[in-house]
Amino acid sequence: MNPILRWFHQLGSPPYFYAFATRWMPWTGGIALVLAMIGMYWGLYAAPADYLQGDSFRIIYIHVPSAWMSMLIYVLMAINGAIALIWRIKLSEIVFLSCAPIGAMFTAITLVTGMLWGKPTWGTYWEWDARLTSELALLFLYFGVIGLASAYDDVRQGARAAAVLALVGVVNIPIIHFSVQWWNTLHQGDTVRLIGKSSIHPSMLWPLLIMATAAKLYFLFALLLRARGLLLEHERGKHWVRSQVLGVSD
Amino acid sequence: MSSFRPYIGLLRRDVRLAVRRRADLLMPLAFAVLVVLLFSVALGGSANKLAPVAAPVIWVTVLLSSFLSLEGMFRPDADDGTLDQWLCGSTSMIGLMFAKAAAHWLLYGVGLTLATPLLAMLLKLPADQLPVLLLALAIGTLGATQIGLIAAALTARLRRSGILLAIIVMPLFLPLLIFGSGAVDAVRLGDSPRSALMLLAAQTLMLLTLAPLAAAAGLKIGSDSPP
Repeated sequence: MNPILRWFHQLGSPPYFYAFATRWMPWTGGIALVLAMIGMYWGLYAAPADYLQGDSFRIIYIHVPSAWMSMLIYVLMAINGAIALIWRIKLSEIVFLSCAPIGAMFTAITLVTGMLWGKPTWGTYWEWDARLTSELALLFLYFGVIGLASAYDDVRQGARAAAVLALVGVVNIPIIHFSVQWWNTLHQGDTVRLIGKSSIHPSMLWPLLIMATAAKLYFLFALLLRARGLLLEHERGKHWVRSQVLGVSD
Repeated sequence: MSSFRPYIGLLRRDVRLAVRRRADLLMPLAFAVLVVLLFSVALGGSANKLAPVAAPVIWVTVLLSSFLSLEGMFRPDADDGTLDQWLCGSTSMIGLMFAKAAAHWLLYGVGLTLATPLLAMLLKLPADQLPVLLLALAIGTLGATQIGLIAAALTARLRRSGILLAIIVMPLFLPLLIFGSGAVDAVRLGDSPRSALMLLAAQTLMLLTLAPLAAAAGLKIGSDSPP
């Protein structure tokens, strides 16, 4: 079998995933921390000040990576939700449940840092333009997913019900992304492009990309941490938990 | 047409049951008038304060009132085992969801839309906005019923789902509200409401086709049958 496919299937096994998560947590967390320190130093200190906004633009190094993560995590959550609904893979349900609080947190950070950035630059903490409104809707979609999943007594049914909700809400992600093109918004348009030239200067772009990478690695760290915890909680009766983790021999 | 009989049967059953429990049928209307009352009192009651916000307040009122009817959409069926019969049976779940949504819209969506002239009078809505408001509400409540169908299906077997229903439904109502209210706003500005109404209708069409699917999937989750 294709090694990548095999690795993917192996990850679906709870004891294998547990060992995988235990192994990779320190690395993802450690590298995320190092990259964050580099990115923060570069972004908050070494990068040049903006000609219009001065030093207040530096919050971009937290705001934009958080915004990217809030959308990326939702998409990953929705993909895992779809896998959980179609194939009923238990680990997909656990990854789905683990993604939700992390994504909600990044969305909240995006909104709060955006508000703090808006006050000195736009003169207002909040405007009901398309980008801000759809990001706030994203926060409530996350709340709905978390609330619905926790309302069920059976965690597997709860995860699948929340997965249906997450898939219904995934339509919000392109709305958020294209909101600055489709509507006249106060929030600025796209400056960083995946393909082609970005309109942001490289001296400001590099710390942004470093912080974005740090955010992704932090997300992986947090995901593995939560997934490990959920796995132990829901598999606690299983033999592998008792023998490998708790060291109880029988 | 004989193959439609189970679905028409469900539609007729729901309508008949609701009409017999007239209190449940009229509660969303009473709630709508109460909300309008609260807004009118808070705004001071004068026409120059009420008229600019009349249409948006009516939209919000209609959407909030639709919550009241959502909890009872599947709860009785879940409690007495009808849901399990549907899941075991050979009738199409999607068709049953469609019938359920149709009944709900006829009872509550159309009802609230018909009550709108009363609400418009209370809120001193400018007369030229009323026709577009009615059209937008008729289309929008059809879409809102579908969204409510999904949320009710996902929470059908939960014990107390009131505020959770609201949290699930509100972000999904936003696109309907933006264009529904936007259509009336266009009339206020003297523009054509056509583009807003088209986008509203597009959303409702998409919901009409996809929501019964999601609702059927949601109902299957609570049971122990494979999807």
